[in-house]
Amino acid sequence: MSNEEILKELRAIVEEVAGVSPEDITEEKSFVDDLDVDSLSMVEIAVQAEDKFGVKIPDDQLANLKTVGDAVSYIATNK
Amino acid sequence: MTGLLEGKRLLITGVITDASIAFHVAKVAQEQGAQVVLTGFGRLRLVETIAKRLPEPAPVIELDVTNDEHLDTLATRVAEHVDGLDGVLHSIAYGPPSTLGEDFLAAPWQDVATAVQVSAYSLKSLTTACLPLMPHGGSVVGMDFDARVAWPAYNWMGVAKAALESTTRYLARDLGPRGVRVNLVAAGPVRTMAAKSIPGFSELDSAWEKRAPLGWDVTDPTPVAKACCALLSDWFPATTGSMVWVDGGVHALGM
Repeated sequence: MSNEEILKELRAIVEEVAGVSPEDITEEKSFVDDLDVDSLSMVEIAVQAEDKFGVKIPDDQLANLKTVGDAVSYIATNK
Repeated sequence: MTGLLEGKRLLITGVITDASIAFHVAKVAQEQGAQVVLTGFGRLRLVETIAKRLPEPAPVIELDVTNDEHLDTLATRVAEHVDGLDGVLHSIAYGPPSTLGEDFLAAPWQDVATAVQVSAYSLKSLTTACLPLMPHGGSVVGMDFDARVAWPAYNWMGVAKAALESTTRYLARDLGPRGVRVNLVAAGPVRTMAAKSIPGFSELDSAWEKRAPLGWDVTDPTPVAKACCALLSDWFPATTGSMVWVDGGVHALGM
């Protein structure tokens, strides 16, 4: 799966969980500061991503995923 | 070998992630032969996703313990999945930000009232809502954090837990004649979503691990889950109004 494909799937998850418009969800955006995603939504995004991509995102790793791009590269590296 | 909870029907509240203590109670209970129904609050889709990670995917029912309609219809909605209940896990607490980790002296009554309603009064609400499903008695277990003493950061949640401890004793008094046992597990700190959202609470983690005579692992909810399952089983038939410490032994020490 390419990074573009991961971004596409992740965008759908973030839109569904946090109600963010897909066009706003780009790699440089910060989940918390730019997209206004709260901590429980972040957990839900992680849980959905785990199921979708077959990755494990431990809590201490989740805290490091500040931007959409961080999440894409984490998934690309760990799936 | 037959499981400790073979044939038991349990209602388990308080699952939000797979780090939740309630998730591990549900998991151990299923491994021990129980049939489990979960309740979820707010993030139903998240709870439903997590419910699929149990050994047996469990149904999820919506429950806000401050919502009278939810409580009034709870027994009927649970009965769609099981024909009665043998046990209930209460793993519910909430305090507005002013009540946890902030200035204890500054929290307004309205916020404290919310903390006490959601975290303590709800044990009564949940238990009475489930009584029609427990005509031959049952076991109710709540989650406590030892409220006899003051802790860093825990603040008004400590006061709410003191109310929970007292509520447990009065429920034990009034429901004993119906064969319903009501007990608490006073756990050491476990790194759950709830614990991590209390500013300053993590200071307790390393201190606990150092002090506990048996040692303590804040990342392992299984010891707490096992104790809850034991209390939900038939093996504490004459125990009610009690608090069982599952804290590595920290409560027994003065210094």
